Order: sequence, then structure tokens, then C-alpha cells
Amino acid sequence: MSQVLLYLLAKVKKLILHFKKQNKMKEIMTVYYMEAKSARVGGRKVAWITSGGPVEPLIAMDVIPVYPENHGAMIGASKMGVGLCETAESMGYSTDLCSYARSDIACATVNGGPIGGLPRPDMLVCCNNICGTVLKWYEVQARYFDVPLFILDTPFCHVGFAQEAKRYVRKQLDEYINFLEKVCGKKMDHDRMKEVGKLSLEGQRLWQAVLDTTANRPAPMSAFDAFYHLALIVTLRGTPVVVEYYTQLLAKMKDRVAKGVGAVPNEKYRLLWDNIPIWPRTRWLSQKFAAHDACLVADTYTSAWCGTMKYIDENNFFDSMAEAYTRIYLNIGVDEMARIVIGMVDKYRVDGIVMHSNRSCKPYSLGQYDIQRIVEKERGIPSLMIEADMVDERSFSESQVATRIDAFMEVIKQRKS
Amino acid sequence: MLTAGIDIGSISTKAAVLADGRLLGSRVIFTGYNSEAAGKKVFEELLEELGLLASAVRRIVSTGYGRSSVKFVDKAVTEIICHGTGAHFLNPLVRSVIDIGGQDSKAIVLDEHGKVKNFAMNDKCAAGTGRFLEVMANALEADLDGFGEMSLKADRPAGISSLCTVFAESEVISLIAKGESRVNIIAGIHESIAARVSALANRVGIVPPVVMTGGVAKNAGVVKALEKKLGVPIEVSPFAQVNGAIGAAIIAAGLR
Repeated sequence: MSQVLLYLLAKVKKLILHFKKQNKMKEIMTVYYMEAKSARVGGRKVAWITSGGPVEPLIAMDVIPVYPENHGAMIGASKMGVGLCETAESMGYSTDLCSYARSDIACATVNGGPIGGLPRPDMLVCCNNICGTVLKWYEVQARYFDVPLFILDTPFCHVGFAQEAKRYVRKQLDEYINFLEKVCGKKMDHDRMKEVGKLSLEGQRLWQAVLDTTANRPAPMSAFDAFYHLALIVTLRGTPVVVEYYTQLLAKMKDRVAKGVGAVPNEKYRLLWDNIPIWPRTRWLSQKFAAHDACLVADTYTSAWCGTMKYIDENNFFDSMAEAYTRIYLNIGVDEMARIVIGMVDKYRVDGIVMHSNRSCKPYSLGQYDIQRIVEKERGIPSLMIEADMVDERSFSESQVATRIDAFMEVIKQRKS
Repeated sequence: MLTAGIDIGSISTKAAVLADGRLLGSRVIFTGYNSEAAGKKVFEELLEELGLLASAVRRIVSTGYGRSSVKFVDKAVTEIICHGTGAHFLNPLVRSVIDIGGQDSKAIVLDEHGKVKNFAMNDKCAAGTGRFLEVMANALEADLDGFGEMSLKADRPAGISSLCTVFAESEVISLIAKGESRVNIIAGIHESIAARVSALANRVGIVPPVVMTGGVAKNAGVVKALEKKLGVPIEVSPFAQVNGAIGAAIIAAGLR
């Protein structure tokens, strides 16, 4: 067994060398997952963490963070979601439960999915800034793997951000560090934490700069490309590899802008995407919109990982992340969400909004009709609602979605003519 | 100039032929399993009825779910634009269209030129569509054509609360078992459709005058229930079912 793991480690090293030459997303992610899978060989610990959770302390403690939600997206993109959801349903979970949760819970029992399951966790870190489902989901997994669970509770910010909430979350960050020190059996190196914080912020700035290149006409990349490049800011923020990757990506996008190369060959219409992608159908959707000369130039989803930089104090990342992690897009009131959407409509000069009413994600889908109405009233642009699911393809009806997209594009063309 | 529109829906297929903005004739058949064959058949039958040769028709536009399955047309356009165009043609004052078809219901808001300002369609659920009515007629062993008239005789519409077609069918069956009268059950079914469609209409912000199109518009009970729910009068054109095909034929005339 240990030989197998050493072999894996050797392979990882080989891949790291390979990556240094190629610098491709696929290599980075392969190295990342192989490292995580052979963590024990190197004496490292693995933590499962929610997508919106503060990962920087884990990086600073040399813990490998693993994201069940990123895994869920991979399951969806590889069209393995239905089978795993059905497994979860036969275990007794409701079809109304989030499909990331269903596929993750099922995957843990069968080691299935595109990468043969996630590496076994040593601890779980759950932050409820993205939704309430993660609480029960992580409790289930903590019982299943019999590992400690840390819950970071971030109060919902209906309007503004109260000082009480700030103190409440900040206090929990100390508890978080205590938890990590206990599980890892070593002290937190606060200088290292500062370094990680700087790298995290730099990664976020670069990611925002990459996304900003799509304000150009034609947009050098589309939201579908962003869904792909997003993986690193989610999983590895706080590490140098993210900074390196986005620095190169930014240069590449700037070069495309300079040469006038667009993601959609004949970009005529610019759209904004709202909600988590429909992972098993991103290619189909991308081609469908491109056939109408429409480019989804921006989205509310990928920008969520760099949306609260204004609250981060560069010189005091640790303290300020209490606010930054609490005021994320999914943890604020609908009025503020609408303001953000309107800001994006103006910045990226879009002609319409495509909203995915995601059966799995209630916090993201609730309020979409209000946002739709507010944007329509203030900017006079139309929006389309697509009813689907991020992973579970049983909630996707191709001909119905195709008709809605075709009709929406006809309306946009009529309005622009 | 002669133009044609072919609307291939999930249940029925419709065709209309226009001569310089004047409706020459229209026809409706069942779609069956082969939408391409249905599109071809309805067109040929209509031409025969009108004594025209296919070569006389300058341009054809297809619409509906089967719009891309027919190859002999010049362009495929979605139902939204076709129903909007058709409704504007039949009455230029119309500002909103409610179309209930076989598997879709939609609310469309038009500007003064008949251009679509906004629209909303039902979610993936079949409740509130023509298919829903078919399932219910089957459960009640009643003739769908008589549904509208029958429901107008109801004294106390039965409550159908389920959002799901299959569950609503079980609800209907248990109402029958309880001895509820058929007319009250039918009226209840119409109210349940009206509740769903009016939510759609309110969401998109419909403004009067409102016209109803699609096959379900022939059902006076649904129209009445919708009028009550929305609080506005609803016009129904005698060409309601072929409205989409008429719109397609008008769009065909505008093609260059």
C-alpha cells in the first residue's frame, strides 16, 4: 500500500516538473488532486471545506484543502451526476436536496465519480455564508468519516454589516485557529498566515483583472471560459501557483484584446449569466448562444471569488477576512445583489441577462425575479429564466430550454434592430 | 405575394396561407409522432383545399416545437415572436398575449408595433398546459371539446391544489370517488390552470387589451377563469389556434 502511495508521490513530482514547463490548468488540478490523495505519505492533513469558506488558514497550516463543491462541479461536467444523485436518493436523501450534496454524499460511499472519490478528510470546515444546506451536509460527512467539524457561522447581511456581526465572526476566527492547531498538533505561524493572505488577495486581484478584460468588444473570453479558469481561485487561493497562472492568463487575454480576437467569432450581442453553471450542459449552452452571435461576457458566479476585496485590509488580512467572508454575494440582501448586477450590466455593457433558476441552489435562485424586475426597470434590458440544475440532468429539458433561448435572442435582436 | 406559416406543436400542427396580408385559409391536424410528416401534410392539405400549387407560395416560416424538423421552409422562428406577430395582425391594439399550447403556456407583452417587449414561459411542469387538460379529460372520461361548456354550469368549482399534473390527476380521481359532480371538477381544473397562468402573466406584467391564443383558448371555461383571476377581459379570436401559424406567415412576408 505504501509503495503505491510512494509511486503516486513520484508521479506527482513528475507532473509538477511537467507543469513547470506547460502551466496548464489540467496539470495543476491533477497535481493538486494527486497530492491530496497521497497526503498521508507526506505527513500532511486534508480538510474538506465549503466553496465560500476561509481557506487561507488551512494553507498557512500546510493542510490540503479539498472542495466537495468543486468535486460536485466535476461530477456534473462529466455527466455522472444523475447516477450519483440516484444513489443518494436510494440512501434516503430527498430529490429536493442540493445535487452537490447528493452527489458528494453518494460519492463518499462508492468512491465513484470522475476521480474515484475525494481523498478521505482529516477534518471538515463548513462556512454557512453560501447556504444553510452545508451545515447538515457536513454534519453527515463528519459522522460518516468520524472526523472533527468546524462550523463558521456568518450572519446574513440583509442591509449593511453590523459591528456585532463583525465581532461575532472575528471571534470565531480565533476558534477556527484553535481548532486547526488542535487537529494539526502544531501552532499557527502568523507570519506565514500574512504571506498567504497577501497571495490570496493578489490572486483575487488578478482574477478580477482577468474577468475585467471581457469589458472589451469583442470579449476575449466568455463566462464559459471563466467557469473553467475559475477552479484555481476557488481551490488554491493563497498559493503562488494561482498568482502565476492568472498572471499568464491575464497576459494572454490582453493580447487577445490587442489583436481584437473574441471568444465568439462574430460577437453581436453581450449577455450576463446569473447563478451556478449548468455543468453537464455548458458546452451545449455555449454553442447555442454562439450560434446567435451572443457572448456571455460576464457572470455573477465566477466574480464571487473576488467580489469582496474592498473589505480586505492588505496589511491585516486575518482580521479583515471576517467581513470579507461574511459579505459575499450569496449572503447579502436582494437589493444589494441587484445593485451588483446593475453594476455589471453597465461595466460589461450587456444587452440582456440569462438567469439559471437552479433547483439545487435556493440562496442563489431566491430573489432572481426581484433582481430581474429591478434591472428591467432601471436599465430596461430583458432577462431570460432557465429552469435547470447545476448537476442533476433530470431537471434539464433541452427542447424547452432551446425554445426559450431562441425566443429570447429573437427579442434581443428585435430590440437592437 | 403568397406566404405560409406552419406551426408544429406538441399536440397539433397548424398551417396558414396569406396573400399580401390577407388570410386565405388555415388548417389544423394532429401532430402524431412524426413532426416533419405532420408539417408537410398540413401544408399539402391546406394547399389542396385552397387549390394552390406549392410553387405559388413564395416564402414559408415554421414555428412551434417541431420548427426545425421541416426542411422545406425558409426560416424557423420561435412561437413567442409568431404569436406576438399573429396577435398584432388580428388586432393591432393588443398589448398582451396569453398563449396556452400543448406543453407550453406563455405570457407575452407587445409594444405598439407588435414587437415583443417581454415574455415568460411556464417552467418544465405540464400543469397549466393543454396536456394537463388532456390528462384530466381522460381521467374524467369526458370529451375535451365539451369541457368549456360543461364547466360554465358549475355551481361550486372543486379545489385542485396540486402543482403536479400526475398528482392533480389523483386528486381528480379521489374527487370522483367522493361523488363530486363532473362539472364542478372541470371548473376546478380550469381554475387551477388559471391560477398558474395568471402568475406567469403577472410576473411579466401584462397590460390590456389582452388576447388569448393557442388551442386552449377554444375552452370558454379556461378563458372565464383567467378573466376572473386577472381581473381584465380577454379577447379570443376565432383564429386563436392558428394564430402562431398566421404570425409565421406574416414574418415570411417580411423576409428578404
